[in-house]
Amino acid sequence: MTQQTPVAEGLFTWPSDEPALIASQVDGKLQFPPRPGGEPYLLKRRGRLWSFTSQSFRPPSPPYDGNDDVRTFVPYLLGYVELEGELLVEGRLVDCDVDTLEIGQPMELRIVPYTVRPDGVEVLTYAFAPESQPEGEQ
Amino acid sequence: MSAPEIAIVGVGLHPFGRYGDKLCLQMGAEAAQAALADAGAQWSDVQVAAVGSHEVSNPDAIVSLLGLTGIPVRGVFNGCATGGTSLQVAAQSIRLGEADVAMAIGMDKHPRGAFAADPSVMGLPAWYGQTGMFLTTHFFGMKINRYMHEHGIGRETLARVAAKNLRNGSITPEAWRRKPLSVEEILDAAVVNYPLTQYMYCSPDEGAAAVVLCRADIAHRFTGTPIYLRAAELRSRTEGAFEVQSPSLPTTITPSPSVAASAAAYEAAGMGPEDVDVAQLQDTDAGSEIIHMAENGFCADGEQEKWIAEGATEIGGRLPVNTDGGLIANGEPIGASGLRQIRELVLQLRGQAGDRQVAGEPRVGYAHLYGAPGASAVTILSR
Repeated sequence: MTQQTPVAEGLFTWPSDEPALIASQVDGKLQFPPRPGGEPYLLKRRGRLWSFTSQSFRPPSPPYDGNDDVRTFVPYLLGYVELEGELLVEGRLVDCDVDTLEIGQPMELRIVPYTVRPDGVEVLTYAFAPESQPEGEQ
Repeated sequence: MSAPEIAIVGVGLHPFGRYGDKLCLQMGAEAAQAALADAGAQWSDVQVAAVGSHEVSNPDAIVSLLGLTGIPVRGVFNGCATGGTSLQVAAQSIRLGEADVAMAIGMDKHPRGAFAADPSVMGLPAWYGQTGMFLTTHFFGMKINRYMHEHGIGRETLARVAAKNLRNGSITPEAWRRKPLSVEEILDAAVVNYPLTQYMYCSPDEGAAAVVLCRADIAHRFTGTPIYLRAAELRSRTEGAFEVQSPSLPTTITPSPSVAASAAAYEAAGMGPEDVDVAQLQDTDAGSEIIHMAENGFCADGEQEKWIAEGATEIGGRLPVNTDGGLIANGEPIGASGLRQIRELVLQLRGQAGDRQVAGEPRVGYAHLYGAPGASAVTILSR
């Protein structure tokens, strides 16, 4: 089985059947990414799409560390997802395309590989995807 | 409107574009000399200067090319608002009695392509860059996509703004991009960050601009057509503003710093948006120009669709915007961009803007800058 590792420690709970982003809370105010000294706070796993766009060119590297080059780069989508009563969180969007996405649609958190290190280890990050089973229909 | 304290008596430009090995400082010095020549002044007349640049770490080194006169020279940088800041710092030196004659100079020479940096320079974690989110361009795609959804603006309106700025660039001898494109060509071009295509974005490039300012009561020594500085305001973001490079934001979005800078400038000038005859609005992309029309008080959110369809922001319209093609046609050397805006407004108010001159002898000009990490500068000028 392919070895996997999160892109950063303390960014999301992993491994987990229901992974969640880890924010911090200071005086009732949420911060993501979490800041040192705050109380850890697990963010909601579902929210609504606030806005989105595509990333059509390979980002300058470094800092981008995808295992692609300008020829093999595959455009990806980015968006903000509104986690009700918490935060708007920016992340990659997966399992969707710009022609079918709609602002306001339900989205859910996923943990996905985005690159492979030279030693073969897959690096994981968080992303949002259209909700597979909208809330209330479960 | 109170008596003006400060006059602009000279403007100079090193046209924006690509110049191979030419030194950034050399471009800055040439723009400064052009501004001094426009004012009929010498560098030795200048008693203080503010110099802005992103790529030159010691922009005050420009004295090595202009002359070692020993005057105070302050380096300034506020991202895309840098030009507004250098003008404000130079004006404050005059207001405080430090100088009677001051200069604001801006210059930059950026590598091709999107700005690249380590996320740590903005206080962000490494993963934000590793996963491909430490970029400015996608922010503009998300901001205008949300704005279009909320206020009923279509993609064709984005293309109309880009077409206008490229058309204005085509009649501006100093512009970088001088080839007009149709709305269809702009819409059909490669998408950079949905819904924005490549021709809807400005590009980083190279160039310089400079302004000579003096006490208003001595302006006649230099020129018969002084242009008065009525306001120069800078604001940073407040909690909840939707800004570039934000891994998260509060769920309640608050107004952009442009709104605060604009309101402060109108108050300082004793004017309102209805008094403005010609404007320069930060057009990092076509969507930004649309949003900035409302943030600067010229129309309500959503009215841009009608304004632009009617040609209201064209050179012959009721509020000409970016008459020299703005950032879309000139590119953005960050340190210089705001002073290019000021030069264009000064030419328009003097009636010296050639083929792109706004008819009817415009009296009031308005310049707006906005950029990372949430800074906006607004300047108001009048004859």
